[in-house]
Amino acid sequence: MLEIDVKKRLRDFDLQVKLRIAEGEILMLVGDNGCGKTTLLNLIAGLQSPDFGRIALGGRTLFDSELKENMIPEERNIGYVFQSYALFPHMSVYDNVAFGLRARGLSRREIELLVKEHLDEAGLWDIRKAKAIDISGGQKQRVALARALIIEPDLLLLDEPLSALDVRCQAAMRRDLREKIHACQVPSIIVTHDLRDVACIGDRACLLESGKIALTGGPDEAMSWGAQMPFGREENGERIELKEKNREMN
Amino acid sequence: MIGEIISNRFGTDAGGSCRVIIQSPRLRGSWRSKALKAGLALLMLLTMGFIALPVASLLLKNPLDTVVQTLHDPMVVDALRLSLSTSAFTTVTVVLLGTPLAYINAKFRYPGKEIADSLIDLPVIMPPAVAGIALLMAFGRMGILGHYLDGLGISIAFTTLAVIVAQIFVSSPFYIRQARTSFEDVDISMENAARTLGASRIYTFFHVILPIAFNGLVSGAIMAFARSLGEFGATIMFAGNFQRRTQTMPLAIYTAMQGDLDVALCLALILVIISFLVIVIVKTLTRRMYENVRN
Repeated sequence: MLEIDVKKRLRDFDLQVKLRIAEGEILMLVGDNGCGKTTLLNLIAGLQSPDFGRIALGGRTLFDSELKENMIPEERNIGYVFQSYALFPHMSVYDNVAFGLRARGLSRREIELLVKEHLDEAGLWDIRKAKAIDISGGQKQRVALARALIIEPDLLLLDEPLSALDVRCQAAMRRDLREKIHACQVPSIIVTHDLRDVACIGDRACLLESGKIALTGGPDEAMSWGAQMPFGREENGERIELKEKNREMN
Repeated sequence: MIGEIISNRFGTDAGGSCRVIIQSPRLRGSWRSKALKAGLALLMLLTMGFIALPVASLLLKNPLDTVVQTLHDPMVVDALRLSLSTSAFTTVTVVLLGTPLAYINAKFRYPGKEIADSLIDLPVIMPPAVAGIALLMAFGRMGILGHYLDGLGISIAFTTLAVIVAQIFVSSPFYIRQARTSFEDVDISMENAARTLGASRIYTFFHVILPIAFNGLVSGAIMAFARSLGEFGATIMFAGNFQRRTQTMPLAIYTAMQGDLDVALCLALILVIISFLVIVIVKTLTRRMYENVRN
C-alpha cells in the first residue's frame, strides 16, 4: 500500500495530493502539461522533496516532515521508468538491465541468471549486446521496464511510458505493460495524456489540475472526463484535446 | 519602359549603362553572386594563407636530415624530456584536482559560485608575465606562502616543481571549463535513473556520469596538456631558464634562437606536430561526445 499526503510549493501553484494505492493496483494519473504529474512521481521517488506531509510505502516511511525523515532515492526500492527512458548510452542492453543488481552488490552468477530471465521474458535476449542508443523506441521502452522490474520494486512509477512510441507500437505495448505490471503485484502509478492508456491499462484514474486531484474514478468514468475537461496535449505541434480523443474512441 | 523605371529610380539615362541593367537582371544577380563568392574565397585564402604560411615555412626551412640530426642534440633531448614529463605530471594533477571542482560547479549551487567561476577562468586572460610575478609573490622565497615553505627547507621557485606549478596555474582553466561543460551535458534523468535503481551518488558518478562525460574530459585534459607544453611566460619568470631543470621546449627555442637556429627550428617543428595532433584528437573526441549527448 502506498499512502501519500504531501504539499509542495511549485512556481505557479501548490501541489497538494492525498492518495492511497493498494497492492497490485494501477493508478493512471492524467492531466494537462505542467500540472505537477512528474513532480509528484519525483516526490515519491525521492528525487525531489515535499515541503510538508508524509509518504509511506508498505509500512515503511519514505518521507515525513514532522519526524524529519527523508529516505534517499537509492533506499526506497522504487522502479521508475522515465519519459525519455533514461537508458545509459554507454552501456549495452544487458548492462543497463543489470545495473540495479550490480549497484546492490549481487554476485555475478545471480546477476546473469536474473538478467537472462528478464531479457528472455521481454524478448530482448538477442539484442543484449547492442548499445542502448542503437535500439528502437519500442525496444528502449522494454529495456527501461525490464531494468525497473528486475530490482523487484515495492512500487512502480511510469512517466508517459508509451508517448515516445508510434501508434501501432503503442497498442501492442499497452497489453504487454498491463500484464507485466499486474504480475508484479505492487502499487503502480502511470502518468499519461492518452485516454486509451487509461482504458486499457489502469484500474483507477486521477485527474490532476494545477497540483490538485480534480477527479477520481474508474477507467470507464475517466472516459467521460475528456468531454468535460479542457486538458489535452501537444502532438506534432498541434493541440489534441482529450475531448476529441474521446469522440474518436466512441 | 523598364529603362524609364530604372532611370527614374536611379537617376540615370536609359542609354548605354542602363541597357546592361535592362538586358540582364538575372545576369546581374549571377554576376553579383559570383563576385561575392570570389571575394569570400579570396578572403578565406588570405586568412588561411596567413596561418598556413608560417607553419609551412617551419617545414620548408627544416630539411628532414637536419631535423633527424638535431633530434640528438642534448638541448633538444633535455627540453623534450622535461616538457613531456612536466606536462604529463601537470595534466594528471589538473585532472585529479579539477574534476571534482568541475563537477561541483556543474551540478550544485553555492554562495560565491560566480566568483569561483571567474577565478578559475582568470589565468586564461591573465598575461603570462603577470602570472609569473603572481606565482613568485605567492611561492617565491619571499612570497606569502613561499616564505614559510622556505623556513621548512622547501624551495619551489627556480626548480622543476616551479615549472609544474606554473603549468598547472595556466592550464587548469582549460580542463576545468571543458569538464564542467561535459558534466552539464549529462542528462539529469541518467543520474536520477541510476539513483532510483539503488546506486549511491558515488557509484552513480563513477559508473554513469563519468563514462558519459569521458570524451569531453579527455579532450579537456589534452587541451590542458597542450597548453602546458607551450607555456613560456610564467615559467621563465617563476622557474627560470636552466637546461635539464627548468628549460622546457618553448624556453629552449628562445635560448637556441640566440645561437643554433636548427635546434630552435627542430623544437618548433615538434611543437607544431604535437599541436596539430592535439587539435585532431580533441575534435574527434568532441564530435563523439556531442553524438552521445544527442542520442
